[in-house]
Amino acid sequence: MQDWEIVIGLEIHTQLKTKSKIFSGASTDFGAAPNTQACAIDLGFPGVLPTVNTRVYEKAVAFGLAIGATINLTSVFDRKNYFYPDSPKGYQITQLETPIVVGGSVDIILKDGSVKTIQVTRAHLEEDAGKSMHEDYHGKTGIDLNRAGTPLLEIVSEPDMRSAEEAVAYARYIHQLVTYLGVSDGDMSQGSLRCDANVSIRPMGTEAMGTRTETKNVNSFRFLERAINHEVERQIAVLESGGRIRQETRLYDSDKDETRPMRSKETATDYRYFPEPDLLPIHITQDYIETVRQQMPELPEAKIQRFVRDYDLNEADAEVLASTVALADYFETVARVGGDAKLAANWVRVELLGQMNRDSLTPSAESLSAISLSANALGMLLARIKDGTISGKIAKTVFAALWHGEATDPDTYIATQGLTQVSNSNELIPIVDSVIENNPQQAAQYREGKTKLIGFFVGQVMRQTAGKANPQQVSDLVQQRLLD
Amino acid sequence: MPPITVTQDLVLAVAELSQLNIDGADIDDYAVDMTKVLALVEQMHGVDTSGIAPMSNPTDASQQLRADEVTETDQRERFQAIAPETDGGFYLVPRVVE
Amino acid sequence: MSELHDKTISQLLLDLDNKAFSSVELTGHYLDRIERLDPAINSYITVLREPALARAAAMDVARQKGIHPPLAGIPIAHKDIICTQGVRTSAGSRMLDNFIAPYNATLVEQLNDAGVVTLGKTNMDEFAMGSSNENSYYGPVRNPWRADRVPGGSSGGSAASLAAGLCAATTGTDTGGSIRQPAAFCGITGLKPTYGRVSRWGVIAYASSLDQAGPMARTAEDAAHLLQAMAGFDHRDSTSINQPVPDYLAQINGSIKGLKIGICTEYFDEGLDDDIRTAVMAAAKTLESMGAILSEVSLPNTQHAIPAYYVIAPAECSSNLARYDGVRFGYRCADPESIEDLYKRSRSEGFGREVKSRIMVGTFALSAGYYEAYYRKAQQIRRLISADFSQVFDQVDYILGPTTPSTAFKLGEKVDDQVAMYLQDIYTIAVNLAGLPAISIPAGQSQGLPIGLQLIGRHLDEGGLLKVAHNFQQASDWHAQRPNDGQ
Repeated sequence: MQDWEIVIGLEIHTQLKTKSKIFSGASTDFGAAPNTQACAIDLGFPGVLPTVNTRVYEKAVAFGLAIGATINLTSVFDRKNYFYPDSPKGYQITQLETPIVVGGSVDIILKDGSVKTIQVTRAHLEEDAGKSMHEDYHGKTGIDLNRAGTPLLEIVSEPDMRSAEEAVAYARYIHQLVTYLGVSDGDMSQGSLRCDANVSIRPMGTEAMGTRTETKNVNSFRFLERAINHEVERQIAVLESGGRIRQETRLYDSDKDETRPMRSKETATDYRYFPEPDLLPIHITQDYIETVRQQMPELPEAKIQRFVRDYDLNEADAEVLASTVALADYFETVARVGGDAKLAANWVRVELLGQMNRDSLTPSAESLSAISLSANALGMLLARIKDGTISGKIAKTVFAALWHGEATDPDTYIATQGLTQVSNSNELIPIVDSVIENNPQQAAQYREGKTKLIGFFVGQVMRQTAGKANPQQVSDLVQQRLLD
Repeated sequence: MPPITVTQDLVLAVAELSQLNIDGADIDDYAVDMTKVLALVEQMHGVDTSGIAPMSNPTDASQQLRADEVTETDQRERFQAIAPETDGGFYLVPRVVE
Repeated sequence: MSELHDKTISQLLLDLDNKAFSSVELTGHYLDRIERLDPAINSYITVLREPALARAAAMDVARQKGIHPPLAGIPIAHKDIICTQGVRTSAGSRMLDNFIAPYNATLVEQLNDAGVVTLGKTNMDEFAMGSSNENSYYGPVRNPWRADRVPGGSSGGSAASLAAGLCAATTGTDTGGSIRQPAAFCGITGLKPTYGRVSRWGVIAYASSLDQAGPMARTAEDAAHLLQAMAGFDHRDSTSINQPVPDYLAQINGSIKGLKIGICTEYFDEGLDDDIRTAVMAAAKTLESMGAILSEVSLPNTQHAIPAYYVIAPAECSSNLARYDGVRFGYRCADPESIEDLYKRSRSEGFGREVKSRIMVGTFALSAGYYEAYYRKAQQIRRLISADFSQVFDQVDYILGPTTPSTAFKLGEKVDDQVAMYLQDIYTIAVNLAGLPAISIPAGQSQGLPIGLQLIGRHLDEGGLLKVAHNFQQASDWHAQRPNDGQ
């Protein structure tokens, strides 16, 4: 059996988070009724002309800076000519020869903890196509051009990945980065990030590239992994049975879990690129780039390092808390209000994320702003643990109430439910004494040196106070009264 | 580059890219016409253009950028009033196989 | 006193102010003439009788109130490649025979704001591709000077309607000479402004980097009236020039004393008709007598303009016309069996022969393996041609020459010879490649047919061109000659 090396390059199309389209003033909102957000420009009507949305440049430049790329001070839009019903003008406006972003790289962390650098070839701006609906139109295809003209940044990697795992790690990294930067909303269920995977294989130890196929429009990480693995298996099977790989475009069918050639793109396409004559070259200045740089949010690595340094967190906790900007912001609010970063890290990571996970929520900006438990409230709750008002145990009860929306203000809830910790010795001593009195055998054993029984007495006292006592104080009192 | 004699095959290949039906006697007609036009055009092949940057637009200005604002409203009804075939807001075409 | 329909805009504005007649009367007069005379000329595709009369009435009211826009009540026509809201805008093509434009071109809005009355939409070569107006889905246009002659193209309907007294002025578009060549053939004044001076928004594209709309009028002064309204920056057209619009009407009255006019030797080649040579040289002498300083200049790359143009324009056209696919608007073939059948039959049936021919050549020039040798080469030559002009404009203020190598040729004479037709544009085409302004004005006649003189100016010097033309028209009466319409 031959050993094969897998060679993967990804083209990631990410929709940019803008109000209006790249070349028109139509809305980019998702989910509108068909063709209600397709203006004359998006529809390719006669006599219309494109203009360029300034925001797409800010976002592309921010992305380029984040991956250490070269930003072209002059970039040019080109036309890519092809006929397809979801391409209303018969061409797509894109950037071929002089894209806005050239080069750059990202480091991905693999499951075994090793770090691998993936080179980015380029990232260019272009317009999204419309959508074709193949069902429900009496054997016809329905065309919705609402998506046509939505701004895309196409991020093209070098063929640097050697496994589906690496490809997925890279795609996840890019997803995190564009979401972090606010370049994209990253909502993959709405097609905000779509991958084309270029896959080839070659005998291990050889240099020459095998013939590659392009699997288009994979819109989840799970599908990406599967699509690549299927394509690799298919190519190995073809080559090992003496066949040849055809250079072709394939489609991943998630229902059948297989890739198949796209019938519509069978004929060799000649895109006849040429500079878009309706638009002029775009010149940007170094000052503009610096302005964008200054407005860029903190990037994931920097945030993780800061959390480790400033909050004395361990790397693993910091990574979890910095996984999205929204979660990191949430954590920092909790830490600030609660006055204890380590306690905040623990509660956010264990209690909050645990609860969200049980409710199938991811820590995105949308879900963190939608939940009842605000970062401020959680911070106040932790402050009450810190100042001894309530115990950690009681805090979990309050957390649950806040999570379920039964309360919004922890102090009010603690007060109305009478959850304040009993810390007055005059109140506690009679309870401690009665516990000792009712358990003479354990008291005797303790006095004989079985000091581990302290926990038993504390537990009894806590039960009688419904958890409101301060366990440390109870422990001290029990010791004191037993030895008296 | 030597002068091009446009063959039937070239006419058919270009017609395919152009999404035009050219058949029968028209193929030769187009081949002859295109050969003549290209012969006229090929006079430029003798010109030395080494080191000359292509000029794709007579304006040497820089592209102005537009503010990111929604300025368009829904005009589907107006636009689809002149469409060949629509249903439920969709433009209809014969079934497309991906 | 000249006939009502022969008056210039400047005269009409005075008469309207003096209540010699109303805009409704004037508009009605043109409409009646169109009805009576146009069947023989075929210069209009669409006539807007009722809307025009209603608009004229509104402008009469405005004029009576004393506050009115500058061209209130002046009846004009638009080339049918310029979108007019709610009105068919066909581009002379079966493809758009059913296309009711849902918006106005910016220049239409601007002229409407200036108060014009739109009489209708004029005939043209399909998608502005042609030099004789024989490539129209709506049939050829006849030259009002002689019925067996073409009016030129592609703005042939505009030129013919004006020459025949069927409007007071018109708009046209010029991609390789489409305003100037028909202006020369029909004995009128036609200005192709600097690329980007007039917005292309709503002007159906033929070749985006060359297309430019401009005025066609009886005199340079009338052209200034129209340009004053049409020119200006448009945020919807990324290639429009963001520079203030000067007062053209003030500029035209300046003197031409001391202006340097270069006579371009390459424009007086062996292909030029002798009568035209004589007339143009005589015109140059007239300008000299008015104080202009003549000299000879050379544009050495002139011969390469047609080859470069017939790559660049078809290449852009092949892409611009890809949107006509039978899906969202325009012609759709009957009972398409598949998406490919829909595309191919709609396009093959909807486009005429010349349009298809240019799509084919343009597609070829952009295709893999040929792009460098054809498209890229042509764009390099374009820069050489542009540099020629820059050098000459270091020496002189204007370049003078003939607009066309011959006067209006016979209908059918060149329809079977595509290349001979293309060579019609030999003196006009370089101007489009360089994006410069140029004007054609009447400067003589040969066997009863008008001769056009072309003046080319520096970037954004429309005002200067109009001034030279206006000065010439003060000293000559070729622009005042009218064909005999027998009425």
